[in-house]
Amino acid sequence: MSQNTLFDKVWDLHKVADLPGGSSQIFIGLHLIHEVTSPQAFGALKDKNLKVRFPSRTIATVDHIVPTDNQSRPFKDNLAEQMIDALESNCKKHKIKFFNIGSGSQGIVHVVAPELGLTQPGMTIACGDSHTSTHGAFGSIAFGIGTSQVRDVLASQTLAMNKLKVRQIWCKNKLSDGVFAKDLVLHIINRLGVKAGVGYAYEFSGPAIDALSMEERMTICNMSIEGGARCGYVNPDKITFKYIKERQFAPKNENWIKAVTWWESLASEKDAIYDDVVSIDASKVEPTVTWGITPGQSIGVSQKIPELNELNADDQFIAGEAYEYMGLNPGQAIKNTPIDVCFIGSCTNGRISDLRVAAEIVQNHKVSPNVKAFVVPGSEKVAKAAIEEGLDKIFKEAGFQWREPGCSMCLAMNPDKLTGNQVSASSSNRNFKGRQGSPSGRTLLMSPAMVAAAAIEGKVSDVREFIKK
Amino acid sequence: MKEVFQTPQGKILKVSGKCISLVGDDIDTDRIIPARFLKCVDFESLGDAVFEDDRKDLNGKHPFDLKFNQNAAILLVNSNFGCGSSREHAPQALMRWGIKAIIGESFAEIFYSNCVAIGIPCFTLAKKNIKSLQLSAETGNLFIEIDIKNVIATEGSTKHKLNLKESSKNMFLTGQWDATSTLLSNFELIERTMENLPYIKLNK
Repeated sequence: MSQNTLFDKVWDLHKVADLPGGSSQIFIGLHLIHEVTSPQAFGALKDKNLKVRFPSRTIATVDHIVPTDNQSRPFKDNLAEQMIDALESNCKKHKIKFFNIGSGSQGIVHVVAPELGLTQPGMTIACGDSHTSTHGAFGSIAFGIGTSQVRDVLASQTLAMNKLKVRQIWCKNKLSDGVFAKDLVLHIINRLGVKAGVGYAYEFSGPAIDALSMEERMTICNMSIEGGARCGYVNPDKITFKYIKERQFAPKNENWIKAVTWWESLASEKDAIYDDVVSIDASKVEPTVTWGITPGQSIGVSQKIPELNELNADDQFIAGEAYEYMGLNPGQAIKNTPIDVCFIGSCTNGRISDLRVAAEIVQNHKVSPNVKAFVVPGSEKVAKAAIEEGLDKIFKEAGFQWREPGCSMCLAMNPDKLTGNQVSASSSNRNFKGRQGSPSGRTLLMSPAMVAAAAIEGKVSDVREFIKK
Repeated sequence: MKEVFQTPQGKILKVSGKCISLVGDDIDTDRIIPARFLKCVDFESLGDAVFEDDRKDLNGKHPFDLKFNQNAAILLVNSNFGCGSSREHAPQALMRWGIKAIIGESFAEIFYSNCVAIGIPCFTLAKKNIKSLQLSAETGNLFIEIDIKNVIATEGSTKHKLNLKESSKNMFLTGQWDATSTLLSNFELIERTMENLPYIKLNK
């Protein structure tokens, strides 16, 4: 059993009680809600005649269903309008702070909470969205929950949970030029598998992680869930504190000093005991691309799609399904695979640093004539910063569409969808069958820089060749 | 008029019914219920949409469309079932189609906890035993009765020992899977825990 890890410390601090059945009751410090997974939870509160016990500990925004072309209300899609309307009225009724479209702070919930300084080390954070693991980048214990659990957090600010085991993923050495956090996390998921994290919290540590910016750490923790781990985290350090300082909801004045002292005490101890330790050599990671229908089915851009007999017996069934669905053959190179749609955005890679990297690749190039390419900033703040830096112009001049913030084609709950069996190069997190809105649409996951290179070439390309140019 | 679906209530001691086999690893919640069906403010209409895209693709041959699987209540699945999105709409859709329990090689974590939270027990069983159960469900009608206390599935005179997390078992047996009232009963402890959290004061 793990001891003296950040996970243990934060868990113990938030444990309210041991429940009779053997699980624990855990206090949730920050509860984030959005329009898709909350309406039924508010409905259940009403049915049970319960109120929101600590409304100031819940924060709302709208992200999944928002259109990215025309955000004027009412939305053209009546169902989407009903959902935002339900969130507006639930927040009003229960006195929950809501960052709505046009507030200047709306955006993807996992982009918004960190940039407002709401996400802080040592907190427990829950949200009805599996990518809540993102917030672990700050040294918080953050995880996705379902709607019944959203109801429980609204009603009691607590959840019934079993304690997770802790696996340290030690990333040694550093990432090479042209290789990004997204490549590293895809590589980790490929190495460990998509279900290895079930029952675990992942601690990402080592020199390669220490060298990452907060936004890069968020990309890593964001995809913990794609490796099966409900929660992933990075021990907080000076980079963490610098990011948080002076943000809207950050501790101020003498509280800031006290907070930093407390945050410093939270990191896993040198003598911490882990349930498992894995080592990854970051210097060996290439720009990485998925070829299949799970985020674990990835290869370096210079590699070939694996043959069945090169895979573990347990991975062969889904690989067979993937070859067929993707229309790709084992032994085939992934490089030069033709691309129809390029999507830069999402809670994984829709932050300002992601847009900067992609813009640098795109500058002075044109999007291939057969490609539809678009950029969806992760939040209104990201969009504003990008426009101030002129990134929107760079993208538009190259032939990208510049859109309004939201989740967009990561999960295609809004009008941004693949059609037919189009192939997308996507900076998002899931390449599941049908994920991007067409039941036969195909998704290749990669870093924003690799998406930018694919947009220019019209096919999967090695971004390192662009950097050399 | 369509009947109103009755969600499970209170103690769950036993589940019985016909088994339905769904073969495949890493079946994610986007496949169980595609995102476009999440545009709803209640769960009522989700049952008909379960596996919508997979079913269309197989044109009537998907297990959920086969005639002999209709009215099945126990779903037999393989590894990492329910991975991906946290959408509770996935187990809600399965439940509203008629699924009352799931037996599989392994389950994704959020999906599993969503199932507990809405009263669907998920049992695990070794790969080869799942395969043999799936085969009998595919070749003829397989009816089983699951005794949750002893975690045993009975099929005629044959008994299968299943696995169920101890904490989940206790929740089903006591009815505490519907957790809200248990959680609220500790309200003083909740307030005390909150007051002791450094960040509560530092963020004032």
